[in-house]
Amino acid sequence: MADLDIKQDAKPCEEVMLSIDELTKSFGNNQVLKGISTKVCKGEKVVIIGPSGSGKSTLLRCLNLMETPTSGAIYFNGEQLNAKNADINAHRQHMGMVFQHFNLFNNLTVVENIMLAPVKIGLKQLRKQKLERLKLKIKQLFGKDKDKEINITLNKRVIYKQAMDNAMQLLDRIGLKDKATVYPSTLSGGQKQRIAIVRALAMNPQVMLFDEPTSALDPEMVGEVLEVIKELAESGMTMVIVTHEMGFAKEVATRVLFIDEGIIKEDAPPKELFGNPQDERLKEFLSKVL
Amino acid sequence: MDFFKDIGEILSTSEYMSYIWSGLKTTLIVSLGAATLGMLLGMLVAIIKISAQTNKKLKVPEIICNIYIGIIRGTPVALQLFIMAFAILAIRNFPLEITAILTFGINSGAYVAENLRAGIMSVDPGQTEAGRSLGLSSSTTMMSIVIPQAIKNVIPAMGNELIALIKETSIVSMVGLIDLTFAAKIVGAGDKMADYFVPMMVVALFYLAIVYILTFILRKLERKLRESEQHISDKKAAKVQAKTTKKLNRIQTRYDKYVAGLKTDTQEDM
Repeated sequence: MADLDIKQDAKPCEEVMLSIDELTKSFGNNQVLKGISTKVCKGEKVVIIGPSGSGKSTLLRCLNLMETPTSGAIYFNGEQLNAKNADINAHRQHMGMVFQHFNLFNNLTVVENIMLAPVKIGLKQLRKQKLERLKLKIKQLFGKDKDKEINITLNKRVIYKQAMDNAMQLLDRIGLKDKATVYPSTLSGGQKQRIAIVRALAMNPQVMLFDEPTSALDPEMVGEVLEVIKELAESGMTMVIVTHEMGFAKEVATRVLFIDEGIIKEDAPPKELFGNPQDERLKEFLSKVL
Repeated sequence: MDFFKDIGEILSTSEYMSYIWSGLKTTLIVSLGAATLGMLLGMLVAIIKISAQTNKKLKVPEIICNIYIGIIRGTPVALQLFIMAFAILAIRNFPLEITAILTFGINSGAYVAENLRAGIMSVDPGQTEAGRSLGLSSSTTMMSIVIPQAIKNVIPAMGNELIALIKETSIVSMVGLIDLTFAAKIVGAGDKMADYFVPMMVVALFYLAIVYILTFILRKLERKLRESEQHISDKKAAKVQAKTTKKLNRIQTRYDKYVAGLKTDTQEDM
């Protein structure tokens, strides 16, 4: 039997994308995360499993500051997310999140759902550029910075068109192009979740976070959503997934974390974690769910 | 029979009707002005109160908002009207209509704020989470996602407030502004008709008409806002699709025009 060093990654880590350092999270008197430290490397698919109340969803939600850590730090591409003056919005634009209950915007049609963030953020950048140009012009009126020049590289019409084309392309990829102009309330759970996934992808994130993406779906629809996630994994996306779907975890994960009572009790590639679990609690958990 | 004859007499006498039309105009101006002011003020206060839950910097504005709501809801609107007309805005020749609009607007704002806050809180928090997770700021999330859904939820309560507002304005005669209700008093007074009952009935009909029209508009608005919900007819669903397709086509044509414009610019430069 090969010597199992649980801490060793299957692949060498070329680039650390997310780094968690002694993360704790308490809700009032209830301490849910009791000191989590780990790294997620570019291209890794980390699947987090564990019993209810173990803190796995909380951990995932801390990664993009949906929950603010009580103590400890989270680093994304080397920058600390929970620092006092961190621009969390800018960071979140590079992280996509998929929720258990889809959370599609009910007041917008499907294509508008996907276009909203790219358009709003693009327009914001355009406004910033125009403001900078205005400030420079005012300075130049007073004779300063006469040889500086600011060019506006963005254009409103281009922003909208690119967002629209991108949205339609993404919808085509999941085979729901014909649903572009309807409201989400008319769709099935599986369709909603697949659209939620591409809505997150529209921002071209570097990492995708999935919070129990199939837990609220009827069994027949779980498959179609898992297909999309699998395809995304194969294209090289870095992912962190909280799920109860053990079969899926075995297929997609490069690394599995077992969380119980707020700490990581085991951290290994799926073959080892499922094939040869070390932690007692993990053995108990797996015997019940597999 | 006499009753209907008297109503007919009032409606056909231009002297009487001039009082009523003038009063109606005043009532509508004050109601619409106050409603608009109330909506804007209410939205501002509601957003401050909601955002203050997560944003520590808004502690002081939140306290100011709570004082505002407390005082307005805790005192009679007639008293507020007196204070505005006889104390705060007791400037000579200051238009009473504006005083009335300010009073009723500020009053309405407190109630609208609480209605809107309830509406905002009734929107699924997952909507906000999804918006923020995409990197949208809290203000963009609020404006583009939460508030449109909140408004849909509060239309019944808002309708109530608007109707109450229109009828509340009937006390402005206490500070000397002649409105629709007071017009009834004028017409029925001694040297005119010497009978209050019939003029009051006529004016009541006018109020009924205003409220009915308002209710009709609100119902249409509610139905339009609910087109994003599940149980709509196929015809409506097709309308929605057509509207959205039009929007998308417009994006395409505007882009094409822009690109064509760039080409001709470079051609001109050459």
